[in-house]
Amino acid sequence: MEKLLAVYVDHIDVWLPEMLFFSITTLEIAIVSFVLAVAIGLVLVMLRVSKISPLVTLAILIIEVARGLPIVVLLYIVYFVPPQLVSGWNWSWYNAFVGAVLGLGIHGGAILAEVFRAGIEALHKGQREAALSLGMTPAKSMRYILVPQAARIVLPPVANYGIGLLKETSLCSLIGVNELMNDAKSIAFADYEPMAVFLLAAAIYFAMSYPLALILRHVEKRLNFSR
Amino acid sequence: MEPLLKVDDLHKAYGALKILNGVSVNVKRGEKVSIIGPSGSGKTTFLRCINFLEKPTSGHIFVEGKLIGEKTVSGKFVHVSDTELAKDRQEIGFVFQRFNLFPHLSVLGNVTIAQTKVLGLSQRDAEARGRQMLEKVGLGHKVDEYPERLSGGQQQRVAIARVLAMQPKLILFDEATSALDPELIGEVLRVMRQLAEEGRTMVIVTHEIQFAAEISDRIIFMDHGAVVEEGSPAKVLKDPQHPRTREFLKRIEQR
Repeated sequence: MEKLLAVYVDHIDVWLPEMLFFSITTLEIAIVSFVLAVAIGLVLVMLRVSKISPLVTLAILIIEVARGLPIVVLLYIVYFVPPQLVSGWNWSWYNAFVGAVLGLGIHGGAILAEVFRAGIEALHKGQREAALSLGMTPAKSMRYILVPQAARIVLPPVANYGIGLLKETSLCSLIGVNELMNDAKSIAFADYEPMAVFLLAAAIYFAMSYPLALILRHVEKRLNFSR
Repeated sequence: MEPLLKVDDLHKAYGALKILNGVSVNVKRGEKVSIIGPSGSGKTTFLRCINFLEKPTSGHIFVEGKLIGEKTVSGKFVHVSDTELAKDRQEIGFVFQRFNLFPHLSVLGNVTIAQTKVLGLSQRDAEARGRQMLEKVGLGHKVDEYPERLSGGQQQRVAIARVLAMQPKLILFDEATSALDPELIGEVLRVMRQLAEEGRTMVIVTHEIQFAAEISDRIIFMDHGAVVEEGSPAKVLKDPQHPRTREFLKRIEQR
């Protein structure tokens, strides 16, 4: 224990600023891929519930494949395969960051599509009928009655997914994105202090995700209709 | 005089399963009509077809002579757009068996949302009218509650206030007390009786035969998707002509 503390006393002034700097990339990956995942999830769920059978099949195919692969495998495929498949294009813009957010976005989209579907299906059909019988158009009944209720149902799982995503960004180190985990690895091997460095990285991940969990708990309480 | 509601030869089938086999009913302004009949006789489907919650297979609905859910294009009947259908439905209030209050809105929110979003009233005017309607059903003190905190009887009364706030020409009640505990039925029937006394036009699908007898101008007995017998409560309930009506009433009495 004392030895560990001594290591931190020696190195923290260099390690901490550097790792915090690369944490910014971690947050960037998390935020961009979260937005992308929500967008992809919305598109997939619309296809999934469209009742147009080729679209439904397409959506199920994408969802099942994307959910069925390990995230790392998906990241490798998304990052390495397209440039080899279409070799004539200029792929210089397709860096590891873009591959990372695309891979995480597709994986998250598949997960969220199922979350959204559960939210839609949890609503009683009487809600729509009541809205229609009061003279609302289907669009208004969506906007004022169905979506607000579905949003309350799906918010907790969506936020949980977001918090999980923050930690999953660490996998992006495997395709060479310079984020917190990658930086921790390089420091650990350069300074021969893996335990101290990875403990520090763990503390930083926790410091980022725990406040989010607290906020979520607070919001969930407030959204609980009347209780 | 032209009837307020005119239902002309209504048919409804789900594939080969025929639910309604040509029902024609006229309801005058201010008239109270109760529809009784065994389960599966098509009463609820009939009611749901009137405001196009179910699309009729054939037949037509008119309110004050105006087609509901359809229009004629060079002599042919075609379905109207969602927007036009929504406009038609404003005239027709519908009270559901299971209340269908909006759980994410307060009691006042439930009675104002359609006023503001459909009729285009200001929030202030909608709230004023909403409070007035909630007073009328005896729930003026519950405006800020949420539906799940209310008893079934209270929820159904909010649902009725929500309909009244839209000032419909006609109100349809689909077994409005069937989902309620016995001790809560009375408070809903009291509100319905009050509406009847105000001279509103009401079409009521119900199992409460005694109540139907007291407030209705006319009773319609339906079975197998058709009107079997209709007339004044005294005539249909006390002196039924058709054997199926007699059998149904006998079974109800034995209950």
